[in-house]
Amino acid sequence: MVVWTDQERAFIQDIFSKLNYEDAGPELYCRVLIVYPWTQRYFGGFGNLYSAEAIKSNPMVAAHGIVVLHGLDKAMKNMDDITVLKGLEKALKNMDNIKNTFTALSELHSEKLQVDPGNFQLLGDCLTVVLARRMTTDFTPDIQAAWQKFLSVVISALTRQYY
Amino acid sequence: MSLSAKDKAAVKALWAKISPKAEDIGNEALSRMLLVYPQTKTYFSHWSDLRPGSAPVRKHGKKVLGGLGLAVEKIDDLFGGLLTLSELHAFQLRVDPANFKILAHNILVVLSMLFPDDFTPEAHLAMDKFLARVALALSDKYR
Repeated sequence: MVVWTDQERAFIQDIFSKLNYEDAGPELYCRVLIVYPWTQRYFGGFGNLYSAEAIKSNPMVAAHGIVVLHGLDKAMKNMDDITVLKGLEKALKNMDNIKNTFTALSELHSEKLQVDPGNFQLLGDCLTVVLARRMTTDFTPDIQAAWQKFLSVVISALTRQYY
Repeated sequence: MSLSAKDKAAVKALWAKISPKAEDIGNEALSRMLLVYPQTKTYFSHWSDLRPGSAPVRKHGKKVLGGLGLAVEKIDDLFGGLLTLSELHAFQLRVDPANFKILAHNILVVLSMLFPDDFTPEAHLAMDKFLARVALALSDKYR
């Protein structure tokens, strides 16, 4: 069972309270698709992803990035409703129960989306870079430690239903 | 994932900004690695102080960044250029190569913090590839 110190909770809540989802979301997905281009395999419906410039100006990429921060909505109808950033906010609100909160999401990623869980780490690493750029020296080693712990718990929860 | 001419140019351009701050960057990256990934401390049990910013950490961070500088110089022949360092890591230090990825991640985090405007997605891509290639060259002599 994951145990969070008060300081870790405070750090994670602080990160999300200062993060502009509409700004960071698009950057997150741009980085994932540019830095790890094989992830484009999951976004065949996004149109032009043929160059870094195309990715940066693609409105579907931008929209898609925003969700992870706002929290994952279980009643998703199609790929466009899913955003990585929204999911993380949900994890934040359920820090003590991330595992169960993500059961349905894990099933979704495994059964329907069929995303290789290795990609969760890639996205997490890109999000860390996005945060570090925005927070600069405020992203202290202690805050980074709490953040990496939070990410690894979310990734583990998302991977849990794979078999 | 070999380095294109564009990747090499991006690495060199970013390195021009990195090298004046190499010691600080090395210290910051190593400090974070030891704190955030405590399993990496197992390689430094002979140091008196493993806390972020301590003297041994700072000194070693400088050494590591010096090694990276060599890699930038030898970017067209990483395996040849890093041969001696690979032998050192393989036969003497015997660092598990998985740790190269951990340190690389922390270097990228520090670069993002210090150069938020220069660390564009293209620069991020190039540095990620470069560090992965350096790790591969360093592991070359392991077995």
